[in-house]
Amino acid sequence: MFPTQAIQQGHPSIASSIAVELSQAAVSFGKPGKTVAALQETSLRIAAGEFVALVGPSGCGKSTILRLTAGLLNPTRGAVIVGGREVGAKALRIGMAFQNPTMLPWLTIERNVMLPLKIVRPFRSGYRAKRRTEFRDRVHALLADVGLDKFANHYPWQLSGGMLQRANLCRALIHEPSLLLLDEPFGALDQFTREELWGTMQSLWLKRKPTVLLITHDLKEAGFLASRICVMSARPGRIIDDSAVDFPRPRTIDMTFDADFVALNQRLRDLIIDARSDAAIQGA
Amino acid sequence: MSYDLRRRLWAALLILGFFAAWEILCLVLQVSDLVLPRPTQVFATLAARFGILWPHVMQTLWTTMIGFVLGVTVGVVIGAAIGVSRTAYDTVYPLLIGFSSIPKVAVVPIFVLWFGSGATPAILTALAMCFFPIVVNIATGLATTEPELEDVLKSLGASRLDILWNVGLPRTMPFFFASLKIAVTFAFVGSVLSETVASNKGIGNVMMTASSNFDVPLVFAGLFLLAALGILLYVAFSLVEARVTGWATRRQGFASA
Repeated sequence: MFPTQAIQQGHPSIASSIAVELSQAAVSFGKPGKTVAALQETSLRIAAGEFVALVGPSGCGKSTILRLTAGLLNPTRGAVIVGGREVGAKALRIGMAFQNPTMLPWLTIERNVMLPLKIVRPFRSGYRAKRRTEFRDRVHALLADVGLDKFANHYPWQLSGGMLQRANLCRALIHEPSLLLLDEPFGALDQFTREELWGTMQSLWLKRKPTVLLITHDLKEAGFLASRICVMSARPGRIIDDSAVDFPRPRTIDMTFDADFVALNQRLRDLIIDARSDAAIQGA
Repeated sequence: MSYDLRRRLWAALLILGFFAAWEILCLVLQVSDLVLPRPTQVFATLAARFGILWPHVMQTLWTTMIGFVLGVTVGVVIGAAIGVSRTAYDTVYPLLIGFSSIPKVAVVPIFVLWFGSGATPAILTALAMCFFPIVVNIATGLATTEPELEDVLKSLGASRLDILWNVGLPRTMPFFFASLKIAVTFAFVGSVLSETVASNKGIGNVMMTASSNFDVPLVFAGLFLLAALGILLYVAFSLVEARVTGWATRRQGFASA
């Protein structure tokens, strides 16, 4: 059912290949001579199937990295290579989810989740060729994975914030993207719903193993979900720390109270606080 | 008694009360029907001369509707263009605002000069009156698409047309229907305006002729007919709106469920 996964299992050389590579990518805005740097020369490699979390003080350029990777923004200098191709050249198979679930209010959850299949090749031709029953089964299977199967025919306003965010994740995954970009998808949720969704996200990832780039303010969230955490400095950002997280999976909320986990949290926190105060001194 | 029923009852009572007060005040103050005829006189005139009035009603109705349909078409095309393209917005908008600021009474003589009196200037004036609210509403609806959603779709390789078709146009529908209700009443103003200035047919013309004959009850009969037609079309478009864009208003009804 998921060909990308099958390929990865069959060919370990492809599985360990590089999914995303930023090489000395920098972004600045404004007219020549009067530019504002949003991102300093940044290099970042993400292997296929990795779950990378990007943390850092607000406004440091995390979202810029995400937009670069999605091909929504071109680097001022350097290169961004996704799936072996420079971005911007061709449409990529990417899934994206933001803090705002942006479900279309006039469509049911099922049809909202199905939206990428109407747009992404090669599905869109199938959508026209009446393969919709097959697509519907696929949507229902995915909704069942996140516990929303009973709500397929509901409209977005009938669902809670947490449920909408689950649907949002489904919409980002329905076209089997090899790369999933998440920009603070759980930021607007209450703590308990958020922790519940970490579990959902983890099982979705374990089942499908897409490459994930997660942007978050929540260090606990980064530690719970990621296999690697990158810390960014204050604006104009660059990556100042890059460390693997090897707690065993599936991880549980109880684990977040272990000494090792708390220590990791503490270390990340100190890094970000330092980055913030450095910026404050430079600014003064 | 349910809230909804009570609300309707009050609305009906207000209308009845308005006519009753009008009638009573005219009787008490002995107002001449040359100045202000009583509602009963107006309705009596309507009933007595309905056969003569009917062709004029139809004339006004069809010129209005053709002008309205043309106005909606023009409005949707221009609105979509400036809603999608920043360049089109910057270049076309100033001209549009200039055009919409011109009082349409001033344009009627020009239309008459070009096309003669009759149906054509009425249709064109209706068009000129009603397209602008549609342009503004369509453009606003399209321009307010959530940027995050646009990013999601662009990263899927969606073309601008894909986004317009799947997101832009559906989310514009509530704006569009809201503007239709305004536009249809504006179209009426346009066609009647033109009939008053240059036509030998239509309610506007009837009212002009009647007023020069001091047939004041007939003038008011014309007014009542226009109000009735306006309400009729407004209700018609509200019904269509409720069916097509129910998703935008249904929220209230289901909130407590």
